[in-house]
Amino acid sequence: MPIAQSAGEAPPVISARSLRKIFKRTVAVDSISFDIAARSTTALLGGNGAGKTTTIGMIMGLILPTSGSINVLGVDMARERYRVLARMNFESPYVDMPHRLTVRQNLSVFAGLYGVGEPVGRIAELSRNLALDEFLDRPAGNLSAGQKTRVALAKALINDPEVLLLDEPTASLDPDTADWVRSRLEDYRRRRQATILLASHNMSEVERLCDRVIMLKAGRIVDDGAPQDLIDKFGRDTLEEVFLDIARGRGAPS
Amino acid sequence: MSGTPLRRIGALIRRYLYVLRSSWPRLAELVYWPAIQMLTWGFLQSYINAQASAAGVTGRLAVAAGALIGALLLWDSLFRAQLGFSLSFLEEMWSRNLANLLMSPLRPLEFIAALTAMSVIRLVVGIIPVTILAFWFFGFNLWGLGAALVAFFVNLVLTSWAIGLFVSGLVLRNGMGAEAIAWSILFFVMPFACVYYPVSTFPSWLQWVAWSLPPTYVFEGLRALLVAHVFRADLMVEALAINIILLLTGVIAFLKLLDSARRAGSLLQMGE
Repeated sequence: MPIAQSAGEAPPVISARSLRKIFKRTVAVDSISFDIAARSTTALLGGNGAGKTTTIGMIMGLILPTSGSINVLGVDMARERYRVLARMNFESPYVDMPHRLTVRQNLSVFAGLYGVGEPVGRIAELSRNLALDEFLDRPAGNLSAGQKTRVALAKALINDPEVLLLDEPTASLDPDTADWVRSRLEDYRRRRQATILLASHNMSEVERLCDRVIMLKAGRIVDDGAPQDLIDKFGRDTLEEVFLDIARGRGAPS
Repeated sequence: MSGTPLRRIGALIRRYLYVLRSSWPRLAELVYWPAIQMLTWGFLQSYINAQASAAGVTGRLAVAAGALIGALLLWDSLFRAQLGFSLSFLEEMWSRNLANLLMSPLRPLEFIAALTAMSVIRLVVGIIPVTILAFWFFGFNLWGLGAALVAFFVNLVLTSWAIGLFVSGLVLRNGMGAEAIAWSILFFVMPFACVYYPVSTFPSWLQWVAWSLPPTYVFEGLRALLVAHVFRADLMVEALAINIILLLTGVIAFLKLLDSARRAGSLLQMGE
């Protein structure tokens, strides 16, 4: 099985080998291997049931692979995940934060869980950067979808992670808020030199944020490359058209 | 930057205290049910005592009735401590926050430690006002049991943790469908734990079942103390031995069920 690997000499930040996940009789992820280079933003792209969320879940350690291995920052996640969890974080629409706690209380709890050195200062900084000030002392359950996304992003950045995993980071957001969130992610990656892996359905988001796309279909990697390279390879104008070609079983022209 | 275990445990305890603080009905509920139960059974005991006195029947009947409030308060302590553990865990499920915790540097044993601390905190908040009410209304001083009370409490709280661990593991593995078990499991145990009657009431084959449950030793110990004025340390040691086995089994079951939930991929989909 060829390994999907990005160019670069530094050791990969995330390395998956022969990763496979079977739920009962359904093969969700089918022996995929890839490396994610440091300081890159990579998208896992695919239709519903392609295996994106399962792959991210396995990288986070929330789902145990049926077989195969995952290394993050040089650490085998199956055996030593607690060595690196403080250097990672994630955001997912499938996960929420306690609704009764205020935003400040939530962030303070997560600062404690991640061992953040100056929690008050860090929360103030995030509040400034992500414009949380106006609702910092409101219960998280009373926020709008856009505000919740900003809070979830603040939680994901609370420990200034080197590795950020995002599952559909702008799902259910209006275009203006989604654009705002993408800008913050770009800023964060640039400032922190972070590595970002995201799963998305949004092609314009992927084209804007990502320097690499791993295309998944039925749990397998069907293509891999820079967004523009894939567009050129398929002879299309947009990544969305490439996505449709792959989803409908039309391969790249030879 | 990963902090210390104590800081992580402290952060999680703070999270649960924020929830308690945020809602006065939740705080009131901690006291409400134990108080209602205690008043109901306390007045029943007063009535039985009065009837026994009027009929010139004193002695064992009156003493048995006298043990009611003590048994009730201890049973409620077991129930509240188990709920304190399980409900704190369920808070994570209700708020879909579990994946956030399990993806953080918080280790499962630290998670368990925070839940045990919350079990004690919720128990203390709930039971202290009720013991004061019991003294005020019926002159029953639970704190007057002294060192024996400590032994009773330790054993009951350990049992509550073991059950809480098992219930939480089941919810982890099977989702919110298993939530009802958290509320009902102790009522299944109750008839066999001989809360209000001695083990000798049972046929011999059922006595085996009773003696396999640590609370049985506590309630037998309570009766020995109130009726014969004897502290049965032997019962407390036996209960402690069974509790240690149960607690270890509970921890292993919780970790295994967590592992099983990871295998099933259910942690990302959990919630209300």
